[in-house]
Order: sequence, then C-alpha cells, then structure tokens
Amino acid sequence: MNAPIRRLSTVVALLFTALLLSSTYISFVQAQSLQNRPENRRTLLANYARERGQILVGGAPIAKSVATKDELKWLRTYPQGPLYSHVTGYYSFTYGAGGGIEGAENSLLAGSSDKLFYRRVTDILTGKNQTGASLELTINAKAQAAADKALGNQRGAVVALDPTTGAILALVSHPTYNPSVLSSHDTSKVVAAWQQLNAAPTAPLVDRAIAGDLYPPGSTFKLVTAAAALESGKFTEESQIPGPARLKLPQTTIDLPNDFPGNCGPNDKTTLTHALEISCNTAFGWLGMQVGAKDFRAQAAKFGMGDRLSVPMTVTPSSVPADLNQPQLAQSAIGQYDVRVTPLQIAMISAAIANHGIVMRPHLVQKVTSSDLAVIEETQPEQLSQAISADTAAALTRMMEAVVRSGTGTAAQISGIAVAGKTGTAQHATGKAPHAWFTGFAPSNNPKVAVAVVVEDGGNVGNEAVGGRVAAPIAKAVMEAVLGK
Amino acid sequence: MTTVSSFAPRTRRNVELVLLLLAVAIVVLAYVNVGLSVSGAFPPGLLTQVAGLLVISLAFHLLLRWKAAYADPLLLPIVTLLNGLGLVMIHRLDIAHGRSVSGGLALRQLIWSAVAVAIAAVVLWFLRDHRMLRRYTFTAAVVGFGLLVLPLVPGIGRTVNGSRIWIGLGPFTFQPGEVAKIVLAVFFAGYLVQTRDALSLAGRKVLGFTFPRGRDLGPIMVAWVLSLLVLVFEKDLGSSLLLFGLFVSMLYVATERTSWIAIGMTLFCGGAYVAYLVFGHVQQRVHLWLDPFAPGQSDQLAKGLMGMAAGGLLGTGLGRGRPDLTYFAESDFIVPSFGEELGLIGLFALLVLYVLLVERGLRTALGVRDGFGKLLAAGLAFAVALQCFVVVGGVTRVIPLTGLTMPFLSYGGSSLLANWSLVALLLRISDVARRPVQEVQPGASPSAQARTEVVAVR
Repeated sequence: MNAPIRRLSTVVALLFTALLLSSTYISFVQAQSLQNRPENRRTLLANYARERGQILVGGAPIAKSVATKDELKWLRTYPQGPLYSHVTGYYSFTYGAGGGIEGAENSLLAGSSDKLFYRRVTDILTGKNQTGASLELTINAKAQAAADKALGNQRGAVVALDPTTGAILALVSHPTYNPSVLSSHDTSKVVAAWQQLNAAPTAPLVDRAIAGDLYPPGSTFKLVTAAAALESGKFTEESQIPGPARLKLPQTTIDLPNDFPGNCGPNDKTTLTHALEISCNTAFGWLGMQVGAKDFRAQAAKFGMGDRLSVPMTVTPSSVPADLNQPQLAQSAIGQYDVRVTPLQIAMISAAIANHGIVMRPHLVQKVTSSDLAVIEETQPEQLSQAISADTAAALTRMMEAVVRSGTGTAAQISGIAVAGKTGTAQHATGKAPHAWFTGFAPSNNPKVAVAVVVEDGGNVGNEAVGGRVAAPIAKAVMEAVLGK
Repeated sequence: MTTVSSFAPRTRRNVELVLLLLAVAIVVLAYVNVGLSVSGAFPPGLLTQVAGLLVISLAFHLLLRWKAAYADPLLLPIVTLLNGLGLVMIHRLDIAHGRSVSGGLALRQLIWSAVAVAIAAVVLWFLRDHRMLRRYTFTAAVVGFGLLVLPLVPGIGRTVNGSRIWIGLGPFTFQPGEVAKIVLAVFFAGYLVQTRDALSLAGRKVLGFTFPRGRDLGPIMVAWVLSLLVLVFEKDLGSSLLLFGLFVSMLYVATERTSWIAIGMTLFCGGAYVAYLVFGHVQQRVHLWLDPFAPGQSDQLAKGLMGMAAGGLLGTGLGRGRPDLTYFAESDFIVPSFGEELGLIGLFALLVLYVLLVERGLRTALGVRDGFGKLLAAGLAFAVALQCFVVVGGVTRVIPLTGLTMPFLSYGGSSLLANWSLVALLLRISDVARRPVQEVQPGASPSAQARTEVVAVR
C-alpha cells in the first residue's frame, strides 16, 4: 500500500501548490487592483486615518479636516459650506470624493499622489505623521462672495478670470449645497442628503459654471462673429453692414428678426460697432454668412471651443456644430441654433479680448503645499492660443466699451472705470423664459478681471429678462469686488 | 525502503520538547506583538493564555514520554503552534470587536483547547495500540453515520447561517460532523482492509482500466449517496466534499487501482453538477466564486479578498490591520485574517506548517506495518490536507466557498476536539510505527525496523 500513499503525498503537494499560487495571486498580483476597488472599506479607512490636506482661499481654509474620536479619525468640514460648494466639492465616506477640487485632486489631498512620493519617504524616515498636501486656490474671496450674493436665489453661474494669467477668481454655480452634510460621519444623514440632492429638480450638485448642461450663448457669441469678421480683413469696426428689421435667410422661408422692433440703423444699414452696441441680430446673421462656416468655426475653436480642459475639474467642451448651412450659420452667428457653451468658455472669450487676443489656460489651483508649507508645485500661467490679433482685440474692446457706455449693457457701468461688455438673451425652449447673459472685463484699458454671468430662465425677472437687465448687474458686482470698489 | 539500522531508534522526545518550547515562544511573541501594536502595552490576558498553552502542551508532552515514547516528535509542536497562533488571532479580533478578556472568544478557545487536549490524552491513554480500533469497524460505521445525521434530528439540530450542521444541548452547541470524519475514517480503514482483495483483484478490463464488479461498487456508491444526502439535507458543501474525498482516497490506497479514482471523480463531478442544477444555495456559491464582486450578492468573499490584498507581501503587522471587517474572521475566514496581518509570507509559513503536519501523517502511514494502520493514518492525514484545501481554496477562489473550519486555527470547540483527537490517533500510530520492532514482534523483516526519518522513499 506504500506506492499509493506516496502518490497521495504528491496529490497533497499539488493541492498545497494550488493554495500557494492562489494566495500569491491575490496578495501580490491582484493586491493593488483590489485595494483600488471603490467598495474597499479598508482603503477608505486608511484614507481617513491620515489627515487630508486643506483647500485654501487667500490663506483661509475652505475645506479642512478636524480630528475626531470615532473610527473615522478625521472629519472633513467646510467652514463656508455652500459659498464654495462647487469649488471644494464633497468628501463623503459613502460616496467618495467628488464635485470639485476634492474629487479632481483627491490623490494630492489624500497624500497618495505619486507627486508626493519623495516627501512620503522622508516622512516615514523621520517618523512624521503623514498628511495630504494642501491646495491654495486662485479664488478671490471678495469676488466669490460678491458673485454669490448678486446671483442670489436665481439659478445660474458666474465665472471670473484674471485675463493675463487665466487664474479663476470666482466660480459660482447656483443652487448650491452644503458639502459638510455629505462629509458627515452619520451615514444615514449622508444617504438622505445625497438622495435629496440627486432627486432635486434644480440639480444643485451640478456645477453649471463648467460642467452643467451646456447653454446657448445668445448674443454674447456675437463677439466671436465680430472677431472672425475683423480677422478676415474685409471688415473694420466702422464698416457699414446691412441691419434690416428682418433678415431674409436663403434656402428657407423663415426670417431672422431682431430682438427689438425695427431696423438697426438708417436705410437698414449700420456700422459693426453700432450693431454690437444694440445687439443687432440681422447684422450679425448677415456677417456670419459673409465670414463663412469654416472661418466662423475656426475662430470659435481659437477661443477654446471644443477644447478638453481641466481646471483641474473636468470642463465640458463647448461646441459649434459641424456642417452648418447658410441659415444655420446665420443663427449660430448670433449664438442660437446648436451652439452650446459653458460660462467658463464665454469668460475665456472676454479674457482673450482683454489680453490682446491671447487665451490663457484657466486654472483654479495656485500652489500645492505640504503640511510644513513647503511648496510642492506652483502653477505657471500658460498660453493656450492666440485667438485674434492685438489690433482685432483693441477694436473689439472699443466696440464692447460702447455696449456698456451707451448700448444694451449700461447696467454694468462702474463710475470712474471703463468697462467693456456684451449682453446676451438666449432663447432655449419655447414657453420658457430666455437665459440672461453678460460677459465683459474691466478696466478696459488695463484689464484685471474678465467675467461671464448666466442666469437661467431669466432669473427673478422671467420673460421680461434681457441680459443687460438681469446679468449685467451681477457682473458689475463681481468686477467691483475684484477692483476693490 | 530498506535501510537497516543496527541501533535502537531514538525516541526524539527531547527534540520535541525543544520544538515545543520554540512554538510556545513564537506564540508569546505574537501575543505581545498584538498588545503592543494595539494599545502600546502588554496584553492583559497574556499570563493566562501563555500559562494555559504551556501547561496543556507540556502535560501532553509528558504523557507522550510516558505512554507513546516513540511517537513522531514533530506533530505536537506543529499543532501547538497552530493552536496558539489561532488563539492570538482570536484574541486580536476580540480586541477589535471590543470584547473583554474574560468575555472574549480567546479565553473560550483556550478552555476548549484544554478540553480537546484532555480528550486527546484520554485517547492516547486507553488506546495502547491503534489495531484495537479494528474491532469496532462496524460500530464506527453506525456511530459515524449517526453523528452525521444527528443535526437533522428535530429538537437538537440547529440551523446556523443556512447550514444545519449543529446540534444544541442546553447552552452547548456542537458540530458532530467534525468528529464524524474521524469515526468514519476508522470505519473506512477497517472495512477496506477486510475487503481490499475483492475490490482490487476482481473486475473487468476496459480501455486499460480494470473496472470493479457491480457488487464491489457498492461502498463507493454508498459514500457518494451519503455525501449527497449531507449536501441536500444539511446544506453542508464542505463536509460532503471532505467525506467523499476521504473515502475515495482511502479506497485508492487500499486497492492501488486508479479506476476507483476515475469512478469517484466521475461520480463526484456528476453529483456536483446535478446539485448545481437543482439547489439554489449551490448555484449561489458558484456565482459568488466566479464573480465575488457582483452587486447584489453576499460580499463575504470579496471582503476576505480585500483583507488579503491589504496585507500584501509583508502584511500590516499583527494588530495593525482590520481583519474585523471580514465576516467570520475568526472561523471560516481566519486565513484571510492572517493574510492581512502577516502578509503572504506569513500565510506561506502557515501553509508549510500544515504541509509538514500532513506529510508527517503520511510518513507515519508509510512506516506502520499493518494495513489498517496504514489506511487510517493515510486517511486522517489526507483529511487534514483536504480540509485545508477546501477552506483556503474557498477563500482564495480556487474552488467555491463551502464553509469548513481551518484545523486548529479556527475558533470552535468541535473543530478543536476533533482535530486534537485526530492528532492523538496519528501520534499513537506513529508510536507503533517507530517503536523498535523487537519489542512487539521479534523476528520481523528488516524493512520493518527502518526508522521513520531515514526511510528511503522509492
């Protein structure tokens, strides 16, 4: 019976070899991917065992972790909650990190980023408690507060940029939410709040400034059409162009009317400047068709339309539809048809005009610092493209000054400071009030801030809304806050 | 295997003592390690646990010196180390769950260990020669099957976590299946020794295999049906796999005929497939095995895997992981708990201990001279190997999870009792195997005098 016993021991050896292989596969080969599984509580607990980095605005934390005595050792708090909700995002035990910087820079804040590798090694060797990196943002606290206050209870978004660097000075999306509720360690409360936020018809978790449903830009997009016309060399700001009450569109029976009754100037003619000043649809519809679909789309692309950006949150690319026929082109030229934008994109257009035609990469993080305040990374301004020539930019600036001085945008005037701007009133669905837009920059001779404002469905004014009345005052408040007025 | 030795084999009891002290020392270190990393202080139950473990293992060692001086010197240190490490992990989970020393599972496990060792000592004391057991072959059959079906008896049977494998008498609960495997091994060994000639010689040759006669197929059919019944009525996949594997392997050792294995595997696969088709709980286990992360089903396997992943190569260190996040962390899933805190390296060390244990058992089977002893030792050793495979294979996704305890490591009195008794039997058989042949059987063949350690394999 000894031979089968020996063979049995071979079987035993095989059985245990299988166990050695399988445990090697799990503990060594698969270990990393298992640890990265979203439902892995151990990884989450490990994250909560380490102090998460702060998110700072002007040196003051807008997100910080507070030590607790329960199993999750650190509680994430947001001292100014709703004001910065779409900037910070949330950090929830149940739903993970998301919604803003928390989600976009999770690995830096958690301290697990490869960028922190050498620092981690040093911390281990010196026996220091490991903490996540802190992020100092480019946000201007006053501008953020002003935008939030001016937008009030209306749905919409405000984006303010430093035109020369691309730094985001204000990023507001309404309605807001309180991220502290989501970061609570009371799971049932978090779940209830989460379900309520997701079920709300106003979609408070959506960042309308960069990642909401895209908006039709309305007349603010006339800046792109004007830029394309000026860049073509066939037009100047004083060129006489047609400005009838209704523009006949080829290949179709419908006309393109103005927002207001009547024509845009004597003999149905107007200058480019005047057309922008009073936001003449027919003139810009005509101008778009003159420029041509190819050049129009190219100009939009140079301003950043269609670019995939991360600020570091992912920005939904804005779009101009391909294959525009002439009537579609005329409508696109006034920001209707299927042109869709984010408020950030519109702010970038204003900023480029303010910055001699140069588009700067928008960014929200100024510095990444370790817990001992050593700078790990600092963002350097980066040029994205030269959208228009400096001359075109200067001409557009003069035209936009006219809009605020004596056109549709007078509500954005700031005493003693020249402001450039453009209003917009975007039809988006029959029976619904239009979205109100304003974009501009100030001071127009030495720009410090470029801003874009959208107020959904006319805000508190409803069907009476036009961009100049609803959105311009909000932009004015933000510009004043940045300029210290 | 014909190394003739001209001197009397040494008992090696001193080697056993040294190894035993080493095993206890490792357990003490691990115990202190847990206390220091959890609370930065020496653990409160240290003295009780260490003194307890030391007393029971030394007492057993002394009994071996007295009653089974030639027993294999490796078995006791290995099982003491495994039992001790199990105590450490259970104590560590007590801390994680906030259970006090007096109210914790570790203390109960220690008491069970003492009881188990006492019963093992009784087995060694009264069983002077394992061949005595042969007389009780059919008694063992009745007792074994009785134990197996005991949980089905209304009134004393209990259903725990979906399996009806427990009996309850007042405050005590017991898993009779654990003991049944030993009793049935005795029955199988006795039965097969009697009938091996008929089973191995008669038969028809088909395609190179000699197939047994229809009436000789009886026992394997009985075992097959029995294991299916356990599966059906008690929903105990692990035990049915263990029983059937035990029987087929012993049948193979007895008859030396591969055709029995072919038939056994065919029946097993057929039975398993039918069980998969018919029973929801079997399907559930198979789906869990194929995709442990599928939403909407039990995530106990997924949690175990994540625990092992958290340990990685070197482990988090005792007391520094979160094994308490896994269900059944101190019983069915104690292996992932070790994987998390001791890492892959610690897991390998544990598995090697089991390999050593099993191979010492098989070596005993090779060394012992009577067929009954050979069969019994081989069967018991293989049962341990199979049980490890079913448990560790289940939690590492080699096979579907079936729910057995890890011998000596897992929390549970029945498991400890059964496995310590199993080791007592192996110790007794190894004592007979290694005892100088002149004392027992003057004039035996030279091969029978061979010392176990130096037997040349092949």
